[in-house]
Amino acid sequence: MTQQTQKQPLPPIREARSRFRNTIGKYTLKRSSACISCGLCAKLCPYGVHPRYENFSKPMRPVEHKCIGFACKQNDFYCIDRCPQQALTLRLNPILETLGDYRWPSEMLIAHWEMAESGNLPVVDLEYNLGYSGGGFDKIRFKRPDPAQYRRIGDAALDLSLDLNKRKDGRPERRLSLPCYSGGMSYGSMALSALTGRARAAQRLNTLTCTGEGGYPKEFMPYADFVITQVATGLFGVREETMRFAPVIEFKYAQGAKPGLGGHLLGDKVTPEVAAMRETVVGNSLFSPFPFHSVYSVEDHKKHVDWVKEVNPRAIVSVKVSTPTDVDMVAVGSYYAGAHIVHIDGSYGGTGAAPDIAKKNIAMPIEYAIPKVHQFLKDEGIREEVCLIASGGIRNAMDVAKAIALGADGVVIGTAELVALECVRCGNCESGRGCARGIASTDSELGQMISEAYAEQRIVNMYMAWRKQWCELLRQLGFSTIRELVGRSDLLVHLDYLEAEERAQYQPAPRKRMYI
Amino acid sequence: MPQKYHIHTKTAPPRFHPIGKYATVEFRENCAGSCRKCVKKKCVYNIFKENLLHMSAMEEPEYLYTCMSCFRCVQECTKGIFSRTINPDYRTLGDAYWRAENLHRLWYQAHTGKIPVSGAGYRGPFVGTGFDAMWTDMSEIVRPTRDGIHGREYINTCFELSRRETRLEFNADMSLASETPPLLELPLPLLFRLSPELLINDHVLLPMARAAKALGTLMFVHPQDLSPALAPYAGHLIPCLTQENIAQYGETIRNSRVVELADAPGIEVAMNTVRTIHPDVVLLVGMALDRNAPARAAELVHSGVDSLHFYADDHGNELNAVQPRFLKEMIREVHLKLVAQGARQKINLVFSGGIAMAEHMAKAILCGADAVTADHALLIALECRLCGRCSNGLSCPVKLDEPLDAVWGSDRIVNLIAAWQSQLIELMGAMGIREARRLRGEVGRSMWFENLEKDHFGPIFGERKVPGLG
Repeated sequence: MTQQTQKQPLPPIREARSRFRNTIGKYTLKRSSACISCGLCAKLCPYGVHPRYENFSKPMRPVEHKCIGFACKQNDFYCIDRCPQQALTLRLNPILETLGDYRWPSEMLIAHWEMAESGNLPVVDLEYNLGYSGGGFDKIRFKRPDPAQYRRIGDAALDLSLDLNKRKDGRPERRLSLPCYSGGMSYGSMALSALTGRARAAQRLNTLTCTGEGGYPKEFMPYADFVITQVATGLFGVREETMRFAPVIEFKYAQGAKPGLGGHLLGDKVTPEVAAMRETVVGNSLFSPFPFHSVYSVEDHKKHVDWVKEVNPRAIVSVKVSTPTDVDMVAVGSYYAGAHIVHIDGSYGGTGAAPDIAKKNIAMPIEYAIPKVHQFLKDEGIREEVCLIASGGIRNAMDVAKAIALGADGVVIGTAELVALECVRCGNCESGRGCARGIASTDSELGQMISEAYAEQRIVNMYMAWRKQWCELLRQLGFSTIRELVGRSDLLVHLDYLEAEERAQYQPAPRKRMYI
Repeated sequence: MPQKYHIHTKTAPPRFHPIGKYATVEFRENCAGSCRKCVKKKCVYNIFKENLLHMSAMEEPEYLYTCMSCFRCVQECTKGIFSRTINPDYRTLGDAYWRAENLHRLWYQAHTGKIPVSGAGYRGPFVGTGFDAMWTDMSEIVRPTRDGIHGREYINTCFELSRRETRLEFNADMSLASETPPLLELPLPLLFRLSPELLINDHVLLPMARAAKALGTLMFVHPQDLSPALAPYAGHLIPCLTQENIAQYGETIRNSRVVELADAPGIEVAMNTVRTIHPDVVLLVGMALDRNAPARAAELVHSGVDSLHFYADDHGNELNAVQPRFLKEMIREVHLKLVAQGARQKINLVFSGGIAMAEHMAKAILCGADAVTADHALLIALECRLCGRCSNGLSCPVKLDEPLDAVWGSDRIVNLIAAWQSQLIELMGAMGIREARRLRGEVGRSMWFENLEKDHFGPIFGERKVPGLG
């Protein structure tokens, strides 16, 4: 059997600038008409906030999102103080209040845009690990590490890989270079260039992306070894011919954004191409039923798994479920049905359109579901044979690490990739022509706003920035592989479970009234 | 095919520009003037269509309400002069319970009849107070129907307002010996009630009564608010009487299917009086939802009353308490008290106060209610901003103190309730529950914050040191 266990070289980071003329940063830096275009600020600033081209003497608008703000005041290159005309004004950007939400506050969004642009962690003082949700990951911290156990080891030497097949059943033992892969986003729900860009990024990162429930566009063919084929309840675009070359076939029983409700693709997005792929009617809304019409029991589920294993003897089988109270039983059932990957999708995640009432209320948050399933699989004595994947509300690199410490082997990422493509989380993915920023749109005009190369590089950059955070965490914990972190919930603390004195040693959970 | 309950909706736009979340800020001194690439002309949602008009021709800037927050105008303005802020009026909209975003969603549902849908995941806090500290369950396999969205009409949202006998007795010839009380079944577990703190006049009562009739539900109303204009809707009104005014409203009782009596000592006598006037009337007893409510419910359950109606405050809190408990806990207490008595099946429990969203309806039923009432939400459907001016005798900013088109108002309320019913069905469908009656008290199909923390975080983090939600 082919084993993709050899170490993959890290993809290079390249700058991938914003698609928009005016970037949004934490600070605003305005140049008044008093400016005499002396060029001193451009010479001083090491962050490139003041671009200036040779033979072009006019002052240009500052690149505000690069500005490190008031923290710069201590530097001798602080442009505000050094400007001979006092033509520059620095303020906290008032627009931040209108950007973001409790789970993805403005600073987390801006930080991820910066990561996607540069491939590095932001130098601006942005909080990108914690949101304002007031619970779950936002209240969980890694224990303060013992400085003595710090491992002085380079990023390249640290192992962040994820094994998908632990059953040792003769099927390929696929190893990804990152502890995460991309969530399903269907052809029809997203701009094709964005989808293909994700597939290209998956190839460069040696991870996976997923078709979602919408068929397998021909543009994915060059990256076929990095694309999961999803078989969901509507069976839209599901063909055995595309299942035959998929490295992983994913059964989607439910999804966190709309647990128990099936997928929606509203009529505006059903273009002729989408309709052809899904074998449906142009302009007609598509609702996936829930659940699979052919599944009434774990035995029926096993028949499904047997079917895809027969169609593709080399495929790894993943089963994606939501997080009901009996999610642990569901996970065990999936294992005994023959699944290699049990993918639990918590209630706060999802990228596609879903009823707000479902996102907020149905099924448990992933923070509870991970330890519940992990422990139950351990008690059943099958934990070592299951690749437990978590998703749904996992926003950033530290959320990934916390999810792994709670018991997941790896995670699936959706929203963060969209944010890397400059999603502002306005939530209008489904309306009319779709996403006004050209990400979740099949509109002939809006769908052209993104190039494959842009999407690919931005996503690669974001994951490479995340990788830096994971590597630093492993060094602090004295680990050399991220697999050592799996289930190490003893390394975590929850602020609400600490006495006040001990709690004071950790960063408090940010609190703020948001207007959502 | 059995007849299915379906609510027909019709778009009913607001009469006034609702208070929007955002305000745009333009630094005009830097504007290029007649820029051919002006972002206002390029707006994907065309929200600036009036903005180009002269000030005198422009209504209240509509983009405040309709901005979809895509930030393209901010990020694409050639001069970078565009910015946004939170509308100061939006900050003061509503209160800590009836939050601005809730009002916005209620307005949207009243306008369109659609349920709020959005992408990019959940945007709110991890957990909140009251009903926000519980989640509903879902099933990976069990469904009320196997036809996905097309089977929704088979999900039954009915509940009964009439009492029921727990056993039947038969004569020797197998004829029925028991007296069976009249049956009154309503198609959705939601009744209407006027907000006592807010505006009550014929202008708002008429559309509400009309909507109650269209939906097949009932509205609680005080007899002094009844006017001839409401006569055609008498069958959908529940007069709320007291022992003192029964005699005065004999005719009203005769014309009503349901009557509510305010709880007071000697209520049994008053109930007999009402039944003497109208033997088939369904009788409710209304009482404050306070610490005495569970015990009082246990006393009244055998009195022959059909349903009990408990009034919390408009934030869903217990009345007459220094540290009031929320509706969720109070419903549990009343429900479990009757369960312990073995009398829960005899009677129906209706709860009022603080029902602000569709999910509150489902969660209240999960806790043990049979039905709830909508109050503030009905006025909000009519564009009420909860500014409280009416309570102070001042004019209403959306002119609810003046005559309004009752058909339009009724359409708005019907739209809102249609969206709520649709969301109730979404939750029930996900749970695999086919009847709202099966939902009652089914806490096993819900997940509560304190239990999840204890069961899943307790083994990892130990004992919780911060009380409440943290």
